[in-house]
Amino acid sequence: MKIEKPAQAGTLESNDIYVQILPNPKEEIEIRLKSVVMLQFGKQIRQVAMQTLNEKGITSCILNLEDKGALDYTIKARIESAVERSLC
Amino acid sequence: MPGNNPAMLLSAPILGSDCIIFDLEDSVSLNQKDSARLLVKHAIETLDFGSVEVVVRINPVSSQGWKQDLREIVPVYPDAIMIPKACKEDVEEIERFILEIEEEKQLTKKVKLMIIVETAYGIETIVETLRCSRRIECVLLGAEDLTTDLGIKRTKEGYEIDYARAKVAMAARAFSVQAMDTPFTDVEDTEGLVKDTLHAKSLGFSAKACIHPNQIDAIHAVFDPTQSEIDSAIEILEERDRALSSGLGVFSIHGKMIDLPVIQRAQNIVDLARKTGKLK
Amino acid sequence: MKNALGRDVPGHPYLGLQPIERIEYKQIKSLKEDRKDKVHYDLESFIKTLPLEDKMTLSFHHHLRNGDFVMNQVMAEVAKSGVKNLTICASSIFPTHAPLVSLIEQKTITKIIASYISGPVADAISEGKLEDVCLLQTHGYRATSIMSDETSIDIAFIAAPACSPEGNITGSMGPSGCGVLGYAIADAWYAKRVVAVTDFLVDVLVPEIPACCVDDVVKVDRIGDPDGIVSGTTKITRDPVGLRIAKSTAELMKATGLLKNGFTFQTGAGGISLAVAKEIHALCLNENIKGKFASGGITSYLVKMLEDGVFEELYDVQCFELDAVESIKRNPNHHKMSAAKYADIHDPDNIVNQLDFVILGATEIDLDFNVNVTTGSDGRIMGGSGGHADTAYGAKFAIIVSKLVSSRISVVVDQVTTITTPGGTVDVLVTDRGIAIHPRHQALIDHLKATTNLPIVEIQTLYQRALALTGIPEKTQNLGRIVALSQYRDGTILDVIRQIDTAE
Repeated sequence: MKIEKPAQAGTLESNDIYVQILPNPKEEIEIRLKSVVMLQFGKQIRQVAMQTLNEKGITSCILNLEDKGALDYTIKARIESAVERSLC
Repeated sequence: MPGNNPAMLLSAPILGSDCIIFDLEDSVSLNQKDSARLLVKHAIETLDFGSVEVVVRINPVSSQGWKQDLREIVPVYPDAIMIPKACKEDVEEIERFILEIEEEKQLTKKVKLMIIVETAYGIETIVETLRCSRRIECVLLGAEDLTTDLGIKRTKEGYEIDYARAKVAMAARAFSVQAMDTPFTDVEDTEGLVKDTLHAKSLGFSAKACIHPNQIDAIHAVFDPTQSEIDSAIEILEERDRALSSGLGVFSIHGKMIDLPVIQRAQNIVDLARKTGKLK
Repeated sequence: MKNALGRDVPGHPYLGLQPIERIEYKQIKSLKEDRKDKVHYDLESFIKTLPLEDKMTLSFHHHLRNGDFVMNQVMAEVAKSGVKNLTICASSIFPTHAPLVSLIEQKTITKIIASYISGPVADAISEGKLEDVCLLQTHGYRATSIMSDETSIDIAFIAAPACSPEGNITGSMGPSGCGVLGYAIADAWYAKRVVAVTDFLVDVLVPEIPACCVDDVVKVDRIGDPDGIVSGTTKITRDPVGLRIAKSTAELMKATGLLKNGFTFQTGAGGISLAVAKEIHALCLNENIKGKFASGGITSYLVKMLEDGVFEELYDVQCFELDAVESIKRNPNHHKMSAAKYADIHDPDNIVNQLDFVILGATEIDLDFNVNVTTGSDGRIMGGSGGHADTAYGAKFAIIVSKLVSSRISVVVDQVTTITTPGGTVDVLVTDRGIAIHPRHQALIDHLKATTNLPIVEIQTLYQRALALTGIPEKTQNLGRIVALSQYRDGTILDVIRQIDTAE
């Protein structure tokens, strides 16, 4: 599935992650990540994001993430929410 | 606590409460209810809550989101669903829908229900509501919404809700469910909180909702068994053990016959005392 | 060379807790004559008269904290003279000292010795701009090294809130009053030349630093900003999680049996540390317990406890708030103390050795209970021991209080990035998800498990709990050049701090 409509979810509060999902003209998944724990968990966050998109069947989007130390379950929840908002 | 706040959800297991209510209703803004629902679902699935009971307050049947709330939340096995503005019709509809989900997803545990009576109609028909479902384990009195419904002022002294309190405590006891008292909204006033909780306890409430973690210790202090209650309870249990080992079915202490409900109450007191550290 | 904690360090490696010998400090230099013409009214022209040379060591104290003007003012003038390769021995350096960065870049300053560094200067050192290796000492060892001539100060610039024309200095008076000048005492008695910089010339009846130590007095408009004395960390936390940690800590302290009449106590200035003070306050009033003293950096909360009779005395090495400054003036039981009296390792009667409890913070603590308060987990300098390693050593119970996980970062790690305080001197870690007690206290652990409901677990368990929440963090190997050394209170080297990689 390709993302056609932009949507967002989450906040910039501590322990949360702000997610913005946009259509990608290149028709692939592109993840742009900013995080307060980039060194320690940057790789892990990208993995979780990719996994969540795969589970939702998304094949094309630009995913902008601004992370304030969110745990994996929060990242999943926020990305799922943005995807659902985009698809509805 | 509001269901849309990841930092708060993280601290839920460690604040010291016996039960935590994740809210999808009034404390979540309309346009964030979808996000909150997913966040709470994932939190329940992932975090370890230890012995703290996990409850989710869904949106009322009059709203758009309640069905989706249940679809997401029930399959992750919360301990209970809390139904706002509860009345018989709502509870029945909700229970039907929960049953559908449990069958469709072949869930292995049946979720319990907690109801909030916070309308005049809810108060007056509480008996029918309690009668309609065997999943209900607790009734919470919601005095803020109730007084709004009645068009009256909500006060700290609480005289205006005396009738509602008595009614809820009585009905709860009649149907063997727990009565939970309405929250005390002035979070700075610990003295007032203690007074309010003592009053509720005297009417038969055995639990109180809190809206700020700093209220937890004060409420526990009111409901914790006193040392003399603990001592009596230990005495009863020791007598019971002695009676059993001598093959006696019934026994008496100080001339009073001790039967099963009394023994159960003594056991509950000892368990609670152990849990709160008054007994080791 | 590998030291006793497994870290590869230059210089004298830390060998573990050794028996301390009493040493004879050198004779204090011949005292300065009592002259009345010591006063100068222009800083710029005065500094031009100083015999400045390359490679000199200049010292400053940090009692004006982030409101200090003196170090910047003096160094700006010193730089104009063109001298290079100076060593700055400042008891602490704050964000307000940002102008020093350009002096570091132009090699006016090539070495720094301090007990705590934060802000742009810390960043500059972490980024490798300082030519020579920075030395991060404890408050106690700074005094020890000055008195034993390990650190030889050529000129000490002492910011003096009140100073007489003869050079009698006190911190208690004046528009920039900061209370006590504990960290300047060793400098005053042992530096080759001592310059008082003051904005308040007045007769001083009870000097902390007597005129016989002082060579020159320079009058300037302002030595600092009183609002800057408040360090910004001295508010009791309102976070319910922090409050729970504080409650647990107070319960633990009570269960050790040491919280009784005559107890002694010190606490840091962090939000949770202060919440512990509040719990102890309530507990003592409730059970009629009277402590002997509280010590260290004094906040308004500790002053309140003194006034409520919870403690008989306060021993103050620095004032964190203006209430403490006021109290020192009015209250005869609020005593000033020098850094040496506080924590010089060679004085067995020092204050830290008399402590029952000290409450401390941590950026990181590892499975051996080693604590890091010097760098963040990215290796960047953001502080330093201050009194951390000193009090942990002296106190019967050094209690670290912290949330286990904050914004996905766990306080418990398998190996701390930088060792500030060795695990052998740390006793307990209290978090919101469990309490870990150092295994050398096995008897206490058994006793507490049997008689209380405190959630006592092994530190490995806390580590696993943290990982379960956060996931396993990536570890970066830092092979950059050594930019600073973490020095223990006996002068040995605990650890090295390396240049961080600034490429994103």
